Amino acid sequence: MNRYESPLARVGIVLFTMLAASFFALPLLWLATAPFDARVNLTVHIPAELTLDNFRAVFQNSFAVRALLVNNLIIAGGAMLTVATVATLASYGLSRTRIPGRDILVYVLILFSSVVGGTAAMVPLFLLAYHLGLVDTHIGVILVMSGGLLPSAIFIMRDFVDTIPRSYEEAALVFGASPLHIFRDIAFPLVRPGVAVVAIWAFVNAWGAFLIPVVLLRSPHNMPASVALYSFYSEAGTPVHTLVAAYAFLYTIPVLVLYLIVNWRFGFRFFGGIKR
Amino acid sequence: MEQQRGVFSSRVGLAFLTPALFFVVVFLLFPFVWIFYLSFTNQTLTGASALSPSFVGLENYARLFDFDRWARAGEFGSALWITIQFVLGSALLGQAVVGLTIAWAFYRRKGLLREIVFTLAVLAWIIPDVVVAFAWSAFLDYEQGTLNAILGALGLGRPDWLFRYPLISIILFNTWRGSAFSILLFSSALETIPPSYVETADVVGASAWQKFRDILFPLLRGHILTDLILITLWTFNVFTPYLLTGGGPTFKTEVVSIYIYRTAFKFFEFGKGGAIAVVVMLINLTLAMGYLAMLRRQKASA
Repeated sequence: MNRYESPLARVGIVLFTMLAASFFALPLLWLATAPFDARVNLTVHIPAELTLDNFRAVFQNSFAVRALLVNNLIIAGGAMLTVATVATLASYGLSRTRIPGRDILVYVLILFSSVVGGTAAMVPLFLLAYHLGLVDTHIGVILVMSGGLLPSAIFIMRDFVDTIPRSYEEAALVFGASPLHIFRDIAFPLVRPGVAVVAIWAFVNAWGAFLIPVVLLRSPHNMPASVALYSFYSEAGTPVHTLVAAYAFLYTIPVLVLYLIVNWRFGFRFFGGIKR
Repeated sequence: MEQQRGVFSSRVGLAFLTPALFFVVVFLLFPFVWIFYLSFTNQTLTGASALSPSFVGLENYARLFDFDRWARAGEFGSALWITIQFVLGSALLGQAVVGLTIAWAFYRRKGLLREIVFTLAVLAWIIPDVVVAFAWSAFLDYEQGTLNAILGALGLGRPDWLFRYPLISIILFNTWRGSAFSILLFSSALETIPPSYVETADVVGASAWQKFRDILFPLLRGHILTDLILITLWTFNVFTPYLLTGGGPTFKTEVVSIYIYRTAFKFFEFGKGGAIAVVVMLINLTLAMGYLAMLRRQKASA
């Protein structure tokens, strides 16, 4: 890739980088400093007086702490396990059997899940959860979320499953191994990077979700962090900026860590069907 | 892609697929069908019509398409028009153009500059909804916000963004939020183009724009189509602007997803909420079908 580049092009790309980086970074910068600032100020600046008091105050709000450390872990962990398991099985099944039109099938599934997404689907999903007695339960939230995440998860997973060689599996089949054994002992170890990517992707999605929990959950002790963030707002609905910022900071850390892991281990890229 | 040979019989394949089928049927197909039924009833959450909703025919639809009212603020027609502007602005003009520009700018480049831009874009994309909404409300703050601090220092005025330009604000917000998907999709797509195509053009001294227009764009057309339809559908359904503006001021940012939320989960009119959802899903379904047809034509001509 060492091609000649004019100095003008070099300057151009540096300027372009600065512009694009500022566009994406500026709205977030404040969130990196405000939690450590003793005084409220909404402009990005280096705090005159650094403090950890905001975090101390956040940890005194037991409702918000429970939301972050218990409820969010249950919901995101549950969705992660469900989506990773079901998507791995499904994409393996799709990859290893001859199903006519399976490529278009996954495409249609993605499109359909995008059509039946968002608030439009929340009305029947709420009633469904209501009739199944799943309103105000974490199981209900996990199941509804998993349903929405699955089509994309299968799409991502296929990328990995399709690349592992099938000769081992065919050999094992000749020796009479059962399909479940073949999956567990041969295919699964090979496809583990894909499972990790899908699991992390599902976790991050469920971790940040707002709409589904807010519609399906009722009692404060079940709420995730996305709802608990609003417990740092005053009665009038104005945020106590330093506290919200501190809580938002804590809430975001797991997402950043998981991003770094994926980027370091696999290289963050577009996972999925870009190979037409 | 060529059909590869199967390892297992289709019965075994079906067994592997069963859990996924369960989720798709229960949490995607069933809601889709149920919402049609709901839209013809007066289902509510509490009261008599919660236990035994009765069939009301097209009444919910008649209320949506009551053309004396529907263009007023906070009514269906107005929400639909705001959504169309929101989708055109933030998905097509915003995310797709930003994505294509950035992917193209860093085409055949590796290294720190690319890493910085891609990482920041991805962070904007994956950080939880409520966090980015909160960060943006501080960023756009009239008196102290960083944006106005910068604009003020440059002498460009300090508008009260969320009050004076609410729709522009959520369009900017959603462009910022979602561009990473298009950046990643387009740069992966660009990597599949053999370098020799462009190197030949380098030799004859073609300009960057000529290379883009005559070589890269035609090869990317399928990917652009894929990108456009997905971000259009997602933007149609996105709920995050609610966290920034609550749909206001005076319903000026009430896109249909927020309108559904208000109808169904603030006023608990599930029947009417269902009718709006049906109309929205039919619009989305039409877009998706149109896209599939275009993709098939694209493949046939390729």
